[in-house]
Amino acid sequence: MVAIIKKQSDLVLLLCFAAAVLAGPVILQPFGAGYPDLLQKFAIFGIFAIGFNILFGLTGYLSFGHAAFLGIGSYTAVWTFKLLSMNPLPAVLLATLLGGLFAALIGFISLRRTGIYFSILTLAFAQMSYNLAYSVLTPITNGETGLQLRQADPRVLDVAFGRDYGAVLPSSDLFGIDMTGYPGFYFCAAVLILCFYISMRIFRSPFGMMLRAVKSNQNRMNYTGLNTRPYALAAFVISGMYAGLAGGLLAVTDPLAGAERMQWTASGEVVLMTILGGTGTLLGPVIGAGAIKYFENIFSAFNENILLNTFSFLPETLQHAVVSVASLFVGEGWHLTLGALFMVIVIFLPGGLMEGVRRFGVLFKRKADSDGPTETQPASAE
Amino acid sequence: MDAILLQILNGLDKGGAYALIALGLTIIFGTLGVVNFAHGALFMMGAFCAVSIKALFTLEKVVLDPTKLTAWGTPMEIRTPYIESWFGDVGVWMIDYSVPLSILLAIPVMLFIGVAMERGLIRYFYKRPHAEQILVTFGLAIVIQELVKSQFGANPIPQPAPDTAKGMLDFGVMIGFDAGNVVYPAWRLIYFLFSTLVIAGVFAFLQFTTFGMVVRAGMADRETVGLLGIDIDRKFTIVFGLAAVVAGLAGVMYTPILSPDYHMGMDFLVLSFVVVVVGGMGSLGGAVVAGFLLGILQSLASMEEVKQILPGIDQIIIYLIAVVVLLARPRGLMGRKGMMEG
Repeated sequence: MVAIIKKQSDLVLLLCFAAAVLAGPVILQPFGAGYPDLLQKFAIFGIFAIGFNILFGLTGYLSFGHAAFLGIGSYTAVWTFKLLSMNPLPAVLLATLLGGLFAALIGFISLRRTGIYFSILTLAFAQMSYNLAYSVLTPITNGETGLQLRQADPRVLDVAFGRDYGAVLPSSDLFGIDMTGYPGFYFCAAVLILCFYISMRIFRSPFGMMLRAVKSNQNRMNYTGLNTRPYALAAFVISGMYAGLAGGLLAVTDPLAGAERMQWTASGEVVLMTILGGTGTLLGPVIGAGAIKYFENIFSAFNENILLNTFSFLPETLQHAVVSVASLFVGEGWHLTLGALFMVIVIFLPGGLMEGVRRFGVLFKRKADSDGPTETQPASAE
Repeated sequence: MDAILLQILNGLDKGGAYALIALGLTIIFGTLGVVNFAHGALFMMGAFCAVSIKALFTLEKVVLDPTKLTAWGTPMEIRTPYIESWFGDVGVWMIDYSVPLSILLAIPVMLFIGVAMERGLIRYFYKRPHAEQILVTFGLAIVIQELVKSQFGANPIPQPAPDTAKGMLDFGVMIGFDAGNVVYPAWRLIYFLFSTLVIAGVFAFLQFTTFGMVVRAGMADRETVGLLGIDIDRKFTIVFGLAAVVAGLAGVMYTPILSPDYHMGMDFLVLSFVVVVVGGMGSLGGAVVAGFLLGILQSLASMEEVKQILPGIDQIIIYLIAVVVLLARPRGLMGRKGMMEG
């Protein structure tokens, strides 16, 4: 009985999620975020964060090197465009596969250790990939300039199917639909919904249960005679595939790949997205990714003039004082806001926004049935 | 042989910086059990103490001299730093020696910052999981870094070494090579000596003072020391301040070697963590040994001969070593049993 209810509520959640994502352009219009470039970013980083959450949220392994897989995905996708076809499907598939492959390799080594050692190992691997992409691997990655498409690229499959792009630099297209603007967003959105569904199935599966067990007490699992490493490795590979996929999609919407995508600040960003939204929850990472990309977009667009206008209701001296403080946080200083936000969330709300919503819900519930005995069984926040 | 010796020397100053930062990280980790991702930011703030002192010393008074004309026919501006007009030759000397003099400022400033950081933030995280400690200090590092960027700009600010230490030192002659084979910038050697001095100071402090004894006892068993009626929390706050001072001093003296910019802390932090892990979490000696070792290995790897055999090895050698050490000897070179095992 319980299982049936659970299934139904999952279906409702999935449908609501799908509806919200597909209606994204309409819903986000009033917030000034209803344009395709930003929406694509929401979807792509949502996928990245969902994948990261499968590792960090379920198993508790904090990887500080996930951006490496994102970068690998991007490079793979751009190379697929160059060599095979401008169709995004092979690019995305290969990016996912290669992301997974590298994750298997790195995970196999890193997962021999836990805790902070694991974090540092993944960080070391990511920095290694970043440094290599900048220096020795320049023939593959094109170093600092970044990997770009060229008109003279072979594109074997496109040629085989008689597709000719003429004398213009091609952009990726799905059987004739150009992958920029809204079609690009809907492509990403479809992938996002699929990824969300898969992550939901993982959360509900015995495998997901096992991963949670790894998080809560790995020693005990080992004592019961269970080898936890294959499970953790599987989670690592899955999240690496998600990251590769996200990297591939980044290249689909904008066929360009640079090494800065692999830098460890990028890895830190996905950690922040997951934490901000709520670690170990289904919806949290998507919300966190959306929130961060949204604020990044809004805050970096601000400049002194806009601020002066915003605070023009204040008396002049006060206005200038407020503006000079506020201008630290916007425009170029957006990272300051990000760092401060990071600290505030970790200090006061380690469960993230979803935890906040849940606490809020509990508060209201208490008020509603304050005369009856209070039910102290919080629903899992999802 | 000369070339190898030169590279070893080259590695010593970098190794000194790694060792100093890693030493602070290890002290903090050993005493407080906190993984401090903001330690690189402390190093960077030390470097910016030197920048501020230099900027302060070279505040200039501008006088128009109507008797002399510039090429445009306007009166020539005579710029004299205030400090020069006040103190004369001593002022000139002070400007020249601004980097070493910054140490005097850096010690109290870094001590204050360290203590404030521990009291204001870190102490609330003793009981929280390591992941959250990492995250909150990571956030703090970003905040500090961005504040410095907004104050000092994004470009590196070169800090010259004092004139007497600017030149090259023919090190080879001193140990019996022919002249001109092992020539080495004097300041780098000074940095190496300075870092060994600081390291020796820290060890002496921990080994030979009562305070140090209490701290070592606290590292071994915090609870028992508390039961003996010693206010270990307060001692540890000071220890945190001390670690901040060590990182700050490393930063001050490093400025002539590397022009400070706002992300130098992050660059050094990642490497210093690797150093700590290679040396062994919680082992002070390990941190120092691994710091110098990795510094030297890094500069050996950047030799042309090595690069021809293994292209790109200079970029990844440190990480590679970390991976190998963690897999072969997870406790690190000199790690103690029971320290963050797993």
